[in-house]
Amino acid sequence: MEELVWLIPTLPLAGFLLLVAFGRRMGEPAAGWLASAMMAGSFAATVVVFAGLFNEPESHRIFTQSLFTWIAVDGFEVSVGLLADPLSITMALFVTGVGALIHLYSIGYMHGDKDFSKFFIYMNLFAFSMLVLVLADNLLLTFVGWEGVGTCSYLLISFWFTDEQNAVAGKKAFVTNRLGDVGFMLGTFVLWTTIGSINYLDIDAAVSAELIAGVTATAIALLFFIAATGKSAQIPLFVWLPDAMAGPTPVSALIHAATMVAAGVFLLVRMSPVLHEAAWANDVIAWVGVITAFVAATIAVAQNDIKKVLAFSTISQLGYMFLAIGTGAYAAAMFHMVTHAFFKALLFLGAGSVIHGMDDRQDMRVMGGLSKFMPLTTITFLVGWLAIAGVPPFSGFWSKDEILASAWAFDSGGAALWVIGLVTALITAFYMSRQVIMVFYGRPHWRDETARTPAPASLSAAAENPGGDGEAELDVDGLARLPADYQPHESPWQMTVPLVFLSLLAVVGGVLNLPFLEELALLENWLEPVTLPHEAGSGAELWALASAATAIALIGIGSATVIYQRRRVSRELVERRLFSKGWYVDIFYSWFTGHPGRRFFDAIRWFDEKVIDGAANGVAGLVRRSGTALRSLQTGYVRNYALGVAFGTVLLLVYFITRIQV
Amino acid sequence: MPNPLNELLRQYLTVAIFAGLGLAMVGAMLGVGWLLRPDRPEPQKYINYESGVDPLGVMWSQSQIRYYVFALLFVLFDVEAVFIFPWATRLEAYGAFGLIEMAVFIFILALGLVYAWRKGVLRWV
Amino acid sequence: MIGVLARLAQDTGDGILVPAEPIQAGVTQIATPEIQWVALLPHLILVVGGILLLTIASLFRHRVPRWAYTIYTVAVAAGAIIAALPLWVRVQDAERGPFSAIAGALGVDGFSIFITVIICAGVILTALLADGYLKREGIDGPELFVLLLLAASGGTIMASANDLIVLFLGLEILSISVYVMAAMHARRFTSLEAGMKYFILGAFSSAFFLYGIALVYGASGSTNMIRINQYLASPTGVVLSENGLLLGGFALLLVGFGFKVAAVPFHAWAPDVYQGAPTPVTAFMASAVKAGGFAAMLRVFVLTFGTFSGDWQPVVFALAVLSLLVGSVLAIVQTNVKRMLAYSSIAHAGFILVGVEVATEQGTAAALFYLAAYTFMVVGSFAVITVVGRKGDGHHELSDYRGLARRQPVLAFVFTILLLAQAGVPFTAGFFAKFYVISAAVDAENYSLAIIAMVSAVIAAFLYLRIMISMYMSTDSEAVTGEPDRVPVPLAAGIALFVACVVTVVIGFVPGPITDLANDAVPFLVQVG
Repeated sequence: MEELVWLIPTLPLAGFLLLVAFGRRMGEPAAGWLASAMMAGSFAATVVVFAGLFNEPESHRIFTQSLFTWIAVDGFEVSVGLLADPLSITMALFVTGVGALIHLYSIGYMHGDKDFSKFFIYMNLFAFSMLVLVLADNLLLTFVGWEGVGTCSYLLISFWFTDEQNAVAGKKAFVTNRLGDVGFMLGTFVLWTTIGSINYLDIDAAVSAELIAGVTATAIALLFFIAATGKSAQIPLFVWLPDAMAGPTPVSALIHAATMVAAGVFLLVRMSPVLHEAAWANDVIAWVGVITAFVAATIAVAQNDIKKVLAFSTISQLGYMFLAIGTGAYAAAMFHMVTHAFFKALLFLGAGSVIHGMDDRQDMRVMGGLSKFMPLTTITFLVGWLAIAGVPPFSGFWSKDEILASAWAFDSGGAALWVIGLVTALITAFYMSRQVIMVFYGRPHWRDETARTPAPASLSAAAENPGGDGEAELDVDGLARLPADYQPHESPWQMTVPLVFLSLLAVVGGVLNLPFLEELALLENWLEPVTLPHEAGSGAELWALASAATAIALIGIGSATVIYQRRRVSRELVERRLFSKGWYVDIFYSWFTGHPGRRFFDAIRWFDEKVIDGAANGVAGLVRRSGTALRSLQTGYVRNYALGVAFGTVLLLVYFITRIQV
Repeated sequence: MPNPLNELLRQYLTVAIFAGLGLAMVGAMLGVGWLLRPDRPEPQKYINYESGVDPLGVMWSQSQIRYYVFALLFVLFDVEAVFIFPWATRLEAYGAFGLIEMAVFIFILALGLVYAWRKGVLRWV
Repeated sequence: MIGVLARLAQDTGDGILVPAEPIQAGVTQIATPEIQWVALLPHLILVVGGILLLTIASLFRHRVPRWAYTIYTVAVAAGAIIAALPLWVRVQDAERGPFSAIAGALGVDGFSIFITVIICAGVILTALLADGYLKREGIDGPELFVLLLLAASGGTIMASANDLIVLFLGLEILSISVYVMAAMHARRFTSLEAGMKYFILGAFSSAFFLYGIALVYGASGSTNMIRINQYLASPTGVVLSENGLLLGGFALLLVGFGFKVAAVPFHAWAPDVYQGAPTPVTAFMASAVKAGGFAAMLRVFVLTFGTFSGDWQPVVFALAVLSLLVGSVLAIVQTNVKRMLAYSSIAHAGFILVGVEVATEQGTAAALFYLAAYTFMVVGSFAVITVVGRKGDGHHELSDYRGLARRQPVLAFVFTILLLAQAGVPFTAGFFAKFYVISAAVDAENYSLAIIAMVSAVIAAFLYLRIMISMYMSTDSEAVTGEPDRVPVPLAAGIALFVACVVTVVIGFVPGPITDLANDAVPFLVQVG
């Protein structure tokens, strides 16, 4: 049954090609249904492959399928081959599963858009690229998928490209990701020069044979980590993800929450044998992860855009996953990736449903009391909230708890990592509760008179600060068009059905990997052929850690209630300017590229223009002059041409006569 | 041991000497004539000699294109005959194989003739 | 006919080494060669297809629609490809392997079949292209298609010739057909001029070629390549290097090949002829004729004279360097797009010569890959030029392309892809073609040639960019003078363009299959028998 693995990426590809050819003619909603059907088929194929793999004995759960030789340049041979092992199939399962749901959701969400079929073309292309990334059996093919998802991300962020802000956000994502890609390429090069192969199985074998160790392993691990910081939005390359929210909400859910941003985590788990040999690179990964988690969480506290909160929350949660990888808990990272995919996709789709109901308003300050208007969205969003906040028995609790436990057990500085992680968990619970309260409870703020009167000062401030840092100004302009008696509406069934499915998964997702008994750690056992087993603490210790985490989550929720529901404490106390400005990282980058960076680039430009271009122009001029001179030989007379041939013949003969050995 | 190249070149020495002598002879005759003759140029002397008759028109006159086509066809069948003669002398030795080969050869040429005929080449308009 | 010639060649071939047989009384049967019809099938299909078309068309009273000729030609060429496929399977079979047919006159190996398929692909694309062209220019009759098929048969015979005389036969069949094709557009003066120039210079170079064969025959005592090769490898053959006869033969054969593939300094005819000939014919010359010429060159020099590679490599090196530099430098000072691509085809010939120069199996495979990729790129490019040329086949100036992207974005896009491929941009067939050739040179430790090839690729890139820029830029003056009309793209030409473009891109992404085929297609000299 594993032989069907080729079908998994092929179906979305077929969908993409069909839509490219006939999409415009199919129109709405047929194009959306076709794309969704392809994703569902792909999911079914993945399930079949999974079942086949599951029935194999544990040591045989690796299946490679080489489709054809792609590039063969003496010694360097890359084939287009697929690798089905527990890791890739786990990824494929939730990529296709969540993907299919989000495709279905998009049919409702994109209703009435003039580029309806184009959207699904991109979505299917994205799914294909992501599956290639996941299922590839070598680094180069993964890189193809890696670039493919990057391209689709760019296309989808700036999907409504007529708005300049969206186009800018797309470019920002693309350029930032490119910085990370350098790491990917360099890592691949180093691996190739070290072991002469970029096949994952060869890499595993090479690690077993101790061919990759010491400094090399550290270097490779760090290079791939740089790649991961780009794709998975970690410090210092996280700035693109909040802006990426300019794209349609299903895109945010699928690409910028559930799947693509997890590619960096996947890559590192894929390279885990090398990481295992990389000495201090693991500390770097763990610390960058936990600091990103903390910083992003604090920024999320001060955001007012419903999607921006979720964006920073995604960065923060990805930080947790890197923390897990750095501390060697690969299965925990995967576990959190899966549960996060469930609940974050749920939250994004919920947010999309809210935006849809609010007639495309995203500012949480004008929302409130939506639970009365959108009951189903509210309930499912609440499930996502409890899951991400880490309240047992929702899925987020189990996966986050496992990461914190493994941080606690880490040999160097484990306690510090644990404390920061725990504080982050507190903030997570806090900002999510803040969001829930601002959106679904309290008064319906869009009816407030204050919110409806335009404030010229804030308008100009918004104009000065395009691209939006944390402190987005109220969308007064848009609000003015929203009638005071506006009645938000519940979304159509195509949108709510995925919400219900995802909320069920967000509730029970924890079952995948329960800590109580070794037999219950299903995911960890399943992934064991790929990831190295990881022990984290004993029973009693685990209980203590879990209790602490639960308590922290409840404190977070409680304090949010105090500030936002009961309004006992001013919100200014927590919504610091530092946070709303995103720790000034974006501003610093702008300043840097604008001032010292600018001077540096100017210097480079001078060098390029004067020295390099000068040389190039000189050569070009030479070429042109010699061309003009040579041209005069081309007289058009046959006799001259014949003379040329004869002249050449004489030259050849003279040469050969000199070769006669006397 | 005699050098093979020198041997080869020595064989060509005779040719070279003859060529040199020939050139010298021509040069000498023209040179002597140039030295001895009187030089009195007149326009009439530069007119092309056409058996005593004054030439008419320009020298670059064109001949009828139809001659060209006939000439081509003639060469075609001339070459065919050149092939057929040696073949005929050894026909018995080649046997049936040779007969068939030649039949194919003539057949293809005949097709060419048919084509030319259908194109109206054989008609003198 | 081939059989008789081969037989004659063999008879006389033995003459110089072995004392002539005494003339015997009575009839002695001459052993006639056994003919493996299967091996001949691709050639026969092309030849008979061509002759049949001529016969039928000249005997048939009613006017035959032109599309019937096109479909017929495509079918014949496709039939030749299909006939070649079982041969491929047979020669790739480890137990049977390559074999020679008709007493060693023709060699059937992966190499010859590969080239046969390339040439037939060129025929198919050219025929599709010619369909709309002939209609537009008002040229009647099946002649172009007949000549196309005959020329192709000449090319395939060149590719599989195992004997220098048979090689010459193929060369002449190919050349004479193409001379006439070049002059096909009889109402256009430039077309006639092109045909005449090509004919005179071609005959001139053929003479050199034939004299080269004679010298090699004089030195080695045979025209059969396997015997030449064996003789040259034997101790007596080694002494031959002291003999000017063989080396003179090399020189003259190189002149002949150099002319056929348009290598500098034997290239002067190419720009004029390419520019003057009807554009579909130019496409055929740049693809199939070049493929035939290089196939013969690889077989004669790399294989037959392989043991003497030290002697001829420096000359091929010089030809390659000159072709690369002169081709690309002269291309960028042109303003006529058709002429630009003519010069660029000289530069491409330089690249393929790099593959010849290294004289390794890798180099041969690289050259084959290049030929395969180049066939599609160049026919596609000339297809666009055919279409844009408008009625009269005269609108080939750079200014005729201005604003094409706005008028006909799809056509401009396709041309862009094909030009990028010719420039060797990654993810097109052209990239891998150049890459394999250069890496073959690097592996043969011929770094200077590799560097020159890369430099010339950079120079040539400018030329393709120039065409692209003029397609995508448009001047304001157009708004005043009024835009030229959209040019119609005939269906058949559209199909040819589509195929060429798709193949170029697909090979660019997935070069593996073609690389494998090219690696399996290395030539063999097959023992007579």
